[in-house]
Amino acid sequence: MTDARTARGSTRAGSPTRRAEDSHPSGDDRYLVIDKHLKRARFSQDQLIETLHVAQDVFGFLDESILVYVARALRLPPSMVYGVATFYQLFTFDPPGDHTCTVCTGTACFVKGADDIVAQVGEAFSIGAGDTTADGTLTLKTARCLGSCGLAPVVLLDGAVHGRENADEVLAALTRIMEAEPAEPVGAAAEGGEG
Amino acid sequence: MRDARPSVTVTFDGEEYDAFAGESVMDAARRLGVPIPSLCYLEGLSLYGGCRVCVVQIAEDHRLRPACATTVAQDMEIKTDTPLLRAHRKAIIEMLFAEGNHVCAVCVSNGKCELQDMAVATGMDHVRFDYQAPQREVDASHPKYVFDPNRCILCTRCVRVCDEIEGAHVWDVAFRGADAELVAELGKPWGESTSCTWCGKCVAVCPTGAMAYQGKAVGEMQHHANVVIRLATARTKGQWLDPEEVG
Repeated sequence: MTDARTARGSTRAGSPTRRAEDSHPSGDDRYLVIDKHLKRARFSQDQLIETLHVAQDVFGFLDESILVYVARALRLPPSMVYGVATFYQLFTFDPPGDHTCTVCTGTACFVKGADDIVAQVGEAFSIGAGDTTADGTLTLKTARCLGSCGLAPVVLLDGAVHGRENADEVLAALTRIMEAEPAEPVGAAAEGGEG
Repeated sequence: MRDARPSVTVTFDGEEYDAFAGESVMDAARRLGVPIPSLCYLEGLSLYGGCRVCVVQIAEDHRLRPACATTVAQDMEIKTDTPLLRAHRKAIIEMLFAEGNHVCAVCVSNGKCELQDMAVATGMDHVRFDYQAPQREVDASHPKYVFDPNRCILCTRCVRVCDEIEGAHVWDVAFRGADAELVAELGKPWGESTSCTWCGKCVAVCPTGAMAYQGKAVGEMQHHANVVIRLATARTKGQWLDPEEVG
């Protein structure tokens, strides 16, 4: 009995179908996540923006090959996909740094001094909003509103919410994070920043 | 030709006309011979409503309405030519001139340009806004055509004709606001585009000198925007119009 069950299990695990599902023909299994979303969306063309979000979540950014992949999968013209991807600020074409610092610049956060945080962090790392440091360790981003205005000014450090911040605290926390752990993989960091 | 569509009575600048219920103010005006200036509107293509040159006033409504995107209604009093409309149209043309690099003296379309004609028609003799003088590279990579983004007003006629009539959708508008630009495929040089069929409809419908045939000198480029009317009629009605008549 036991032997038979084990044998059956191992056959299934080793079947060609199972292997095909576990790896992507391109050799990059991150495309499997996109495929999964596309299937769930039944390859509906109006799922373009959602699909791009999923793609950016797994890759951390969008590049030409990803856009072409999405365009072909949804049977959309590449220029339209490019147009949509470049229109929205939330899509990025540059690989993000190992760590991200997202400062909310919505109305409440702005009133509470978000611009000062952006300026000081930017100055400390010699980057502007939206840029990544030359060594690729930190990306400084701004967000329109994170929906937590009661915590203004809100800062996201590697996806974790930090409320009622000021520039000094953010800089201290950033230093802590950047010294503490080794760089997270791109995909994991992006998933943490979701929502 | 008889048309069984129900009609509504509208007035254009005080004169009564019969318009078809459901048609746009622009379509009615065109059919009835009432001149309304336009740039992005092109018969046979889908609606864009981006240039705002075709604005009209409806009775005493303080809001200006784009004629191309406003549906006629019974007893609608449409004014197509008032001091306010003239001022708005002139300001729009001025902004278009300030936004790009429209230098008629060196343009292939000089003398045959819808933007230039519009500037003349609105009496735009100078621009009150600061010229943006953007740095934009000319794309002459295509063997047959040239695209000069400096002369592009983003009317999206080429985008629409390529998508709706040719079915290739090579062109689209990328980026946003002041950075918006026309792109072929993923922002590639036109000549490297694999989806372009070389049909030249985008060139035919361009209202300015932004798209032209290779090798044209100043003032030599003649566009044929009305080709769309013929193609669209053939597609939707199965009727082939006389090119001599429609253009």
